[in-house]
Amino acid sequence: MFEPILIAQLQEAEQVRSMRPAQVAAASKSAVLLSPVQWSVLSLTSLLTLWWLVSWQGWVAPLFLPSPQAVLAKLWLVSNQGFMDATLGQHLAASLSRIGLALLAAVLLAIPVGLAIGLSPIARGLLDPLIELYRPIPPLAYLPLIVIWFGIGEFSKVLLIYLAIFAPIAIATATAVRAVEPSRIQAAQSLGATRVQLISQVIFPSALPDILTGIRIGLGAGWSTLVAAELVAATRGLGFMVQSAAQFLVSDVVVLGIAVIALVAFALELGLRYLQARYVPWHGRG
Amino acid sequence: MSSLRLQQVSLRYESASVPVLDAISLEVNAGELVVALGPSGCGKTSLLKLMAGFVAPSGGEILLDGTPVRAPGAERGVVFQDDALLPWLDVLGNVAFGLKLRGVARAEREARARELLQLVDLGGYETQRIWALSGGQRQRVGLARALTADPRVLLLDEPFGALDALNREQMQALLLRVWQASRKGVFLITHDIEEAVFLASELVLLSSRPARVVERLKLDFGRRYAAGEAVRSIKSDPEFIRIREQVLSRVLGALAVAA
Ligand SMILES: Nc1ncnc2c1ncn2[C@@H]1O[C@H](COP(=O)(O)OP(=O)(O)OP(=O)(O)O)[C@@H](O)[C@H]1O
Ligand SMILES: [Mg+2]
Repeated sequence: MFEPILIAQLQEAEQVRSMRPAQVAAASKSAVLLSPVQWSVLSLTSLLTLWWLVSWQGWVAPLFLPSPQAVLAKLWLVSNQGFMDATLGQHLAASLSRIGLALLAAVLLAIPVGLAIGLSPIARGLLDPLIELYRPIPPLAYLPLIVIWFGIGEFSKVLLIYLAIFAPIAIATATAVRAVEPSRIQAAQSLGATRVQLISQVIFPSALPDILTGIRIGLGAGWSTLVAAELVAATRGLGFMVQSAAQFLVSDVVVLGIAVIALVAFALELGLRYLQARYVPWHGRG
Repeated sequence: MSSLRLQQVSLRYESASVPVLDAISLEVNAGELVVALGPSGCGKTSLLKLMAGFVAPSGGEILLDGTPVRAPGAERGVVFQDDALLPWLDVLGNVAFGLKLRGVARAEREARARELLQLVDLGGYETQRIWALSGGQRQRVGLARALTADPRVLLLDEPFGALDALNREQMQALLLRVWQASRKGVFLITHDIEEAVFLASELVLLSSRPARVVERLKLDFGRRYAAGEAVRSIKSDPEFIRIREQVLSRVLGALAVAA
């Protein structure tokens, strides 16, 4: 049914959700010296220091591991003068607009499709096999076919990411719809809810926390797919930047590109967590 | 004067070999508080689901003021054992939900919801989040929510089952006051014998599965409370204790026969 990652993430979310506050406190008792955030800062600064030390001592040639200063200098240079006919901002914008477009299309289509699968046995019978058929295939495996059909233009890349994002959102939505507590639905029916009201005012809000989790997972998959697709077929974008820098052995731009890719992924994740905290604050509190 | 009537109602789930309900007849009239008491798993919740219209009977008829019940509807308000509140709405939003579904204007539905929150002693809790309420408070929100829709009968499935003894007694008193104020017909399920004897104006004793009505008792302890007598004075009345013990031995007897 699910890909292993999806299940693992959902289970993790479920475990955290089912922990009572006291348990959570007990579980983090071992971290009395520092708060979790402080531990994270510690591990990240250690990594950076190690990196700096290794390049400063010359233990590894700059071609293989450029120094942090060199990468920072390149950040300045690529931001202002550009690399391969585009500035860092333009590469970033190209990647972000692709994933933004794909995400928008996926959210607009996957949520209604997921609702339909969750609500109607007919829709489930019709659509479930289609999604299950393409979902396990790594997107890069069918990228060549998409390129043959639609060329190497923007459409192909957006379509590829769209497909990567669509399945997790649709599946999360359908699962969440089927998991809505029957008593909630019955309560609304006993208050006179029509079918449309039931879907829009009870089922959809009940499913929203899990839909947002689906979007988080989909966005992660989409971002990896995007960067990989840009490595293969693009003239602009972060993946393209890294790939062409590697061909010319400009390793500081490679490291810079990878760092920006990681930062964007991190920012997307934080943004969605914020949305969850802001719009589904009841999640995990019964 | 509304009445919900069950005539020879039986129920058998498709997957099961033993029926759950066997020829149950009962009537919930306006101003009556009918309590169904029965052992765990005998089919009490199933009975309430039939009355609410969530499940269709395999035999017999359920009539609300003469019209057959076929689906859930706002004329039959339900209070669930697990409160079934909507966590994305605050207390006021939950209580006003039924009126919102009906398209009542915001100001009007909120005014009505505030009145009902007063009635269940939750004035001042309007903007509280559902998850910040205690179990007893949630049940009161559930009760107020069911009442806002102004149903003809009120159906409650073990509404106080999860509460501690003290809270439970306060909720019983509250329910009696609400019942008295609304003059509606109320149907309540419980497996707590003292609760049943205290609340019921009619007590219906069910056997274990398949549930049959083994006894009906007309009682008036709830009315005595509503007329002003103190809870403890009623529950320590020898007459109350006698009936409680009589019901208990009847329940034990029914269990012994079944076994
Ligand atoms: N949807 C269903 N399908 C098949 N069997 C069911 C279904 N719902 C309930 N039952 C069975 O019917 C019997 C009565 O269930 P019900 O929930 O009505 O009991 P109850 O009297 O409310 O029990 P409790 O006091 O524990 O709440 C049980 O044996 C149960 O297993
Ligand atoms: Mg039950």
